[in-house]
Amino acid sequence: MFEILSDRLSGIFGSLRSKGRLTEGDIDEVLSEVRVALLEADVNLGVVKDFQSSVKQRCIESEIHKALNPAQQVIRCVNDELVDVLGGDTISFSYAVKPPTVVLLAGLQGVGKTTSAAKLARWFKAQGRNPILIGADLQRPAAVEQLRTLGNSIDVPVFSSPGDPVETALAGLAEAGRLGRDVVICDTAGRLSVDEELMEEIRKISDSISPHYTLFVIDSMAGQDAVNVAEAFHEKLEIDAMILTKLDGDSRGGAALSAKSVVGKPIAFASTGEKLEDFELFHPDRLSSRILGMGDVLTLIEKAEETFDKDEAEKAAARLLEGQFTLDDFLEQMQQLKKMGPLQNLVDMMPNLPQGVESTDVDDGHLVRLEAIIQSMTAEERVNPVIIDGSRRSRIAKGSGATTHEVSQLLKQFKEIKKMMKGPKKSNKKSKNKKKRSGKKKQGRITPQSSRQKGVLEVPEELEKLVEGVDAQQFDLSKFGTLSENEARES
Amino acid sequence: MVNFSRQLSNTRKKFSFFGGASRGRLLDESIWVEIEEALIGADVGVGLTLKIVENLKEGSKGGNAETLDDLTEILKEQLKKILSGHDLSLASDGSPAVWLLVGANGVGKTTTIGKLAHRAQNGESAVVLAAGDTFRAAASEQLELWAERTGVHIVKGAEGADPSSVIYDATEFASARGATLVIADTAGRLHTKKNLMEELSKIQRVAEKGPGTVNEILLVLDSTTGQNGLAQASQFAEAVDLTGIVLTKLDGSSKGGIIFAIQEQLGIPVKLVGIGEDLEDLVPFDAGNFVDALFETK
Repeated sequence: MFEILSDRLSGIFGSLRSKGRLTEGDIDEVLSEVRVALLEADVNLGVVKDFQSSVKQRCIESEIHKALNPAQQVIRCVNDELVDVLGGDTISFSYAVKPPTVVLLAGLQGVGKTTSAAKLARWFKAQGRNPILIGADLQRPAAVEQLRTLGNSIDVPVFSSPGDPVETALAGLAEAGRLGRDVVICDTAGRLSVDEELMEEIRKISDSISPHYTLFVIDSMAGQDAVNVAEAFHEKLEIDAMILTKLDGDSRGGAALSAKSVVGKPIAFASTGEKLEDFELFHPDRLSSRILGMGDVLTLIEKAEETFDKDEAEKAAARLLEGQFTLDDFLEQMQQLKKMGPLQNLVDMMPNLPQGVESTDVDDGHLVRLEAIIQSMTAEERVNPVIIDGSRRSRIAKGSGATTHEVSQLLKQFKEIKKMMKGPKKSNKKSKNKKKRSGKKKQGRITPQSSRQKGVLEVPEELEKLVEGVDAQQFDLSKFGTLSENEARES
Repeated sequence: MVNFSRQLSNTRKKFSFFGGASRGRLLDESIWVEIEEALIGADVGVGLTLKIVENLKEGSKGGNAETLDDLTEILKEQLKKILSGHDLSLASDGSPAVWLLVGANGVGKTTTIGKLAHRAQNGESAVVLAAGDTFRAAASEQLELWAERTGVHIVKGAEGADPSSVIYDATEFASARGATLVIADTAGRLHTKKNLMEELSKIQRVAEKGPGTVNEILLVLDSTTGQNGLAQASQFAEAVDLTGIVLTKLDGSSKGGIIFAIQEQLGIPVKLVGIGEDLEDLVPFDAGNFVDALFETK
């Protein structure tokens, strides 16, 4: 649906790479693409403007890394800035000396307050606390009923009484004391930020129960207006932290950046599914790559599913098994890879990079050169590279604009890859850092977190092969890069 | 329509994108940027905004737009054009007629059904509600309260029951009782959940096998939704045969500009808008009003 930023940027990457230094013009060029990406991700226009200028400042002040080309440099700054804005200070709940610790939830209608209340209760319970839920949403029909059902399912008491929400909240607080519960979570009715009456009502609730934490619940699908809503709630209630909901969809979640920018308080939790356990501490880096459309294993998986031609993969795999993996297959894999965006992004998405390999080691330029070399070979040479002798080698080098040394290097590496991909893995030094792939496959979608936690990337079969290819090419390319640089210096 | 105008005053206030500038202001380059920003700020989206501004530049060539007023008129016409040309009536020629309401979580499906039931009841249809959201805790109870309020029948299943069969039962119930309209609720679902979208396709298939006719499948869309609204609409349209959109929560400060992109790309018309929490606060969509409201300074 959206053009991913990396796609947009690939054009600029090319034009900028040839230049050595980062000029203000370069920065502006990249930032104007970043601007569009942020707007498409629903970051508020005003926020985008401020963000752009702080990134620009950051770019100008940042040291030039030799390993990065100018466009990468800018993106690095964008990402750093995003992570800083989204993350910054985190929240750690300190519990009231005199219990209970009171938490108030607020937000628009339908953002997921009631579900979040229950998820939060479950989370506190897991921290060893004894929470109680107060249903002070007396507006929406059956909202209290919903809270009771959810409370039941996690064995957390729910208090509510019909009538006035302020009184209900107060009575709930008393009930918490009576039952000896040490955390009180108060759910409230959804309300529009422009509804003076209801905004006044929630302020009264807040005044009467004096919450230690006021959590603002925000829908990750929200649009440009999120900034006004967050501002209005913050003005009324002094928000302490936010809960970002419905992140299991495919929205880019830019509203979180908008809200964060105006409220200036941490996003504490992310809600990632309909089950009560789908609730986790917020990871700014993950959202940053989502907003930008870069990084994140999930993105990799989805993109790979879209771009990787399954049939081709199966054919390649079959040939691989028969030991007939040719340079054509290698080329095909590289081209599939390229469809997924700049290599560096791909590598960034890998949860476990082999030690010593930096994502900045890979560069699409190398890929292009490798491609050129293979494309300069005859069909026969691609299938049967052993026939490549000295004169063929220099012809290929000439045809691809590479050195004969580079051609030899590619052939050598191809041989290694072939060896490595074939048969059971021996304690090959080069493959020792590769991810272990267990036989069992998880059903359905895997969240990036679970794969990160386990340190195992469980991915669809065709992608496994692809990743395998990336792994191989990773050390491959970095070596190739060093080599050609040395050569360049020599010549 | 009085209600609609009143409720939209908030929207208007926020959308006065030419600020305090005099409406007779002459055109200069900064106008285009202002228009662009206003449209983007209303969730129209970058791509469509650029296209609209491009068209506007084209349309204002040749000296037929000298002031901001002229330009605004041209822009309004273009925006209205995007939104118009559809039959916005709700079909109910089945016996019974079946309306399905679908959408993401928290967009306001159940509330919309309550309001729809109220409207239909006033129009002297005998209405039966089908509590097809068997997933969310207390969703049936919520719908039941709406049934009580509006004085209509409701058919429920147990929590976790197959929503298709609950809706099917409702059509049989309606048919046996001579009711003319079944309005079916479904569980909120994110359009990225493949199995849940398949469930929705099944709901449509099964409902079509019942005694009634599925006349309307309405996507309920929250007007606070940003660019993801387009993805929502397109995925839901893939799963079921959407006949229209109900745009909810338009009484808030959000603008609902994503409907332009939805109309443009998918051609699914907005048929109704939700403008408040009362039973009467569901009104027919009017492209003219919607666009005019965007441009009215307070």
